[in-house]
Amino acid sequence: MSPESAWYDDAAGPVVRPYALTGGRTHYAAEFDMVALIVALAHPADLAGQHSGTPGAAAAQWAPDPEHEMILELCRTPLSVVEIASELELPLGVVRVLLGDLLDRSLIEVRRPAPVAQFPSERVLKEVIDGIRAL
Amino acid sequence: MESVRSDPGPQAGDSALTVKILVAGGFGVGKTTLVSAVSEIRPLRTEEALTEKSIGVDDTSAVQNKTTTTVAMDFGRITLPNGLVLFVFGTPGQDRFWFMWDELAKGALGAVVLVDTRRLADCFPSVDYFERRGVPFIIGVNRFDGAGQHTPDQVRDALDLSPDIPVVDCDVRDRESAKQVLITLVEHIMRTMSGRGALTH
Repeated sequence: MSPESAWYDDAAGPVVRPYALTGGRTHYAAEFDMVALIVALAHPADLAGQHSGTPGAAAAQWAPDPEHEMILELCRTPLSVVEIASELELPLGVVRVLLGDLLDRSLIEVRRPAPVAQFPSERVLKEVIDGIRAL
Repeated sequence: MESVRSDPGPQAGDSALTVKILVAGGFGVGKTTLVSAVSEIRPLRTEEALTEKSIGVDDTSAVQNKTTTTVAMDFGRITLPNGLVLFVFGTPGQDRFWFMWDELAKGALGAVVLVDTRRLADCFPSVDYFERRGVPFIIGVNRFDGAGQHTPDQVRDALDLSPDIPVVDCDVRDRESAKQVLITLVEHIMRTMSGRGALTH
């Protein structure tokens, strides 16, 4: 029985459909802000090595989904969490689980948003105004 | 309830210069139109699925027999010349999606509440929310054809707003008008932060 199908036995109860992709997992250890930027630290091709032959139990047990590869491809240039969700047409929560998988294996880097909303500097706000004017 | 703006920020150094502005208001008031008018990209849509955890925070009578309910948000992106990336999010209209508002409001610079004077009450929940959470906001009165010509002061009175909150006329289909709304908001944020002594230089 594959790890995925194990979630669909009678005792499992109703499964929220989008989370089928994550094997039913809805939780993730790391916090991914909607507008945090994700940067790939590996090429999608590197994931192939994760299927087998990689030392370490966690890596050996992990079978990356095509969506993991798509995220690495998208994030060759920094991309926000919410844009990744939009590109993949997946709910944010699902994308966060997938990002957690990649972060656990150090395949991505997370750049969290600067805390400008808590401590906005006059300079940043003026730059925002100038930037909007110049649109 | 604890302020969503009081969370400790992440450590500087590996942070991204991304900021959020929210566009709120009733259904059909022009939120997505405003987002489209200023975005450098075709507005994107993202969805969040309601899980049991999120369903638990509101009225479950309508959703208890469903296994999937999604809430959609439209958003646009503006890359500013200095490298700052500004995201403009249209908030989901329905009350039962409040759980999503907390996430949207967290770390947001401020909000534009769009008003259609023919359906003024539609904006009450948004105004209440931002007042309670201390999120700076302004009112944009979207001028629909056929809408009565209420003055900004009449709208301010009807909403019982504090005098320092800007109320501006706009036509969100027009890019220049939409830009002016956002500029008015950021100027208001500067004044608000300055008054709180929270502004750094």
